[in-house]
Amino acid sequence: MLSFIIRRLLLIIPMALLVITLTWVLVRIAPGNFYTGEKKLPAAIEENIKKKYGLDKPWYQQYGIMLWNTVRGDFGNSLKYERETVNELIWRSFPYSAIIGLLAYILALAIGLTAGIIASLKQNSGFDYGSMSLAMLGLSVPNFVLGPILVLIFSLWLYWLPPARWSLSGIILPVITLSAIYAAYIARLTRAGMLEVLRSDYIRTARAKGLDEKTVLLRHAVRGGLIPVVSFTGPALAGLLAGTVVVEKVFAIPGLGNIFIQAVLNRDEPLILGIVAFLSILIMVFNLLVDISYGFLDPRIRYE
Amino acid sequence: MAENTTTVKGTSLWKDAWKRLLKNKLAVFGLIVMIVMIIAVIIGPAIIRWATGYTYYYIPPENELVKSFPPSLQHPMGTDDAGRDILARVLQGGRISLMVGIISTIVSLIVGVSYGAIAGYLGGSIDNLMMRIVDILYSIPYILIVIVLLSVFGGSNMPEWIKILSDKIGGEGNQGLSQIFLLFFALGLVSWLTMARVVRGQILSLKNQEFVMAARATGVSTFAIIFRHLVPNTLGPVIVYATLTIPSVMLTEAFLSFLGIGVQPPFASWGSLAADGIKNVAIYPWQLIFPGVTMALTLFSLNFLGDGLRDALDPQTRKF
Repeated sequence: MLSFIIRRLLLIIPMALLVITLTWVLVRIAPGNFYTGEKKLPAAIEENIKKKYGLDKPWYQQYGIMLWNTVRGDFGNSLKYERETVNELIWRSFPYSAIIGLLAYILALAIGLTAGIIASLKQNSGFDYGSMSLAMLGLSVPNFVLGPILVLIFSLWLYWLPPARWSLSGIILPVITLSAIYAAYIARLTRAGMLEVLRSDYIRTARAKGLDEKTVLLRHAVRGGLIPVVSFTGPALAGLLAGTVVVEKVFAIPGLGNIFIQAVLNRDEPLILGIVAFLSILIMVFNLLVDISYGFLDPRIRYE
Repeated sequence: MAENTTTVKGTSLWKDAWKRLLKNKLAVFGLIVMIVMIIAVIIGPAIIRWATGYTYYYIPPENELVKSFPPSLQHPMGTDDAGRDILARVLQGGRISLMVGIISTIVSLIVGVSYGAIAGYLGGSIDNLMMRIVDILYSIPYILIVIVLLSVFGGSNMPEWIKILSDKIGGEGNQGLSQIFLLFFALGLVSWLTMARVVRGQILSLKNQEFVMAARATGVSTFAIIFRHLVPNTLGPVIVYATLTIPSVMLTEAFLSFLGIGVQPPFASWGSLAADGIKNVAIYPWQLIFPGVTMALTLFSLNFLGDGLRDALDPQTRKF
């Protein structure tokens, strides 16, 4: 187990560097430069800019410098927000995204697990059909449509919640908007996983031993039925990132997603690389945690 | 004795699956909505033009009052800021959205099926290496790379070969069109990984069967065994997965168009129409609601259809 974790942790480094390289190549092979605008720059000024950012060196030196900076975790200053370093920008904006994303995932888990488990226990009932149709609807409404419609209803018509403010009441709508699709996914996964487990031999054995229904469900069935939900956590995290980009834009939240889009549109290379590195490592570490947790949920899975 | 026998009509896998699909009411609903939607986006714009003279780009002349009108008999979905008919724009946008969904899925099918089939059939260390690569690619946060790709190559920075391709197929010098072509590749290249895994799993279970052995014994080339004998047998799961890929690709396209790096004017997709509508949601809610609801209805139907197809084509997994 320990060697498995160490091996996977060591694998994260080259993979993060691969993602960074890919991003760097994409930004670099595109025609034009971050400093080319509407106006053509005089040659001398262009020369100076190139010198300042090390663009006059051969490409392999630039690549080497970039990799070394990435390994040290020092991406330098942003090109657009020149007074701030990339790291400062990331640490300032990440808490917003993390809070929204985490709350949304918790809400999605609460709704999805409850609905999924009840639906699987009352298969083919009205609740089953109702909740599963609702889940399908949740999968089909894009979050950038859902968000503004919620604002329209709850902020502009009913005056219940603010449309955009960083406060307890202000983050209710963004969290709901972001969580809808995950609640839907989790409900469907839980239902399917539970239905499969409830028909398996070890549940029959547990019942045959004379265990009461509550123990069978909570100690045996749920543990096995949750595996698909746990393996969804990895992709969900990647999806939450994309989701926060939208939600932050709709609700005007100064989070990481917002900054990333700005960085990409400005071709702010250090900021793009910094955010991509940060998020890649975050996702890979989460995937590792997910893989480790399988072992606890399903005793049949062992890592060597 | 002869008069007592009743002839049993043989049934094929596909007929059987079709029968099961028709029993699933939600899947049938999805199928009908999709057929209507596809017909509507193909002939709809022409009908509106014939009936009212409106097209997706028609802007009323300056002497008329230009403002966003709510839905009326003349404009069932209202008009937008420039006075354009939203129904015509939603139908036109549907063409783009569905086209992006379908063509990107085809790109992902071609890449994923070939990759998975080759890895599965060759097996051994090649399979190991190829699937390891897939594992590694899986953990890359694609959406970040797609956003970077589309924004650095979008607009005037379009790669030359995509420009040439879009000029050849859709007429010369159309920047919006080459942007859509870029989307096909970006989205297709993102979604082939799961397809490769699905196909590889199928091939692994098929490759040791007698018909493959027979093919090998008669000297059929490896290429022909993979693509003539094995791949057609994986069609069931591939169709199911492709049906479910289309809505997810369409959702990603809408997301990118919402950010302003997807479909560009003069073209519009449901995503970009909804993005335009969001700006005015407080005053002209119909600008958002109609494109949004049309898109949600389409994705809803496609998801139900995909679910129904899975149940119909793969009765084994249908324990419940």
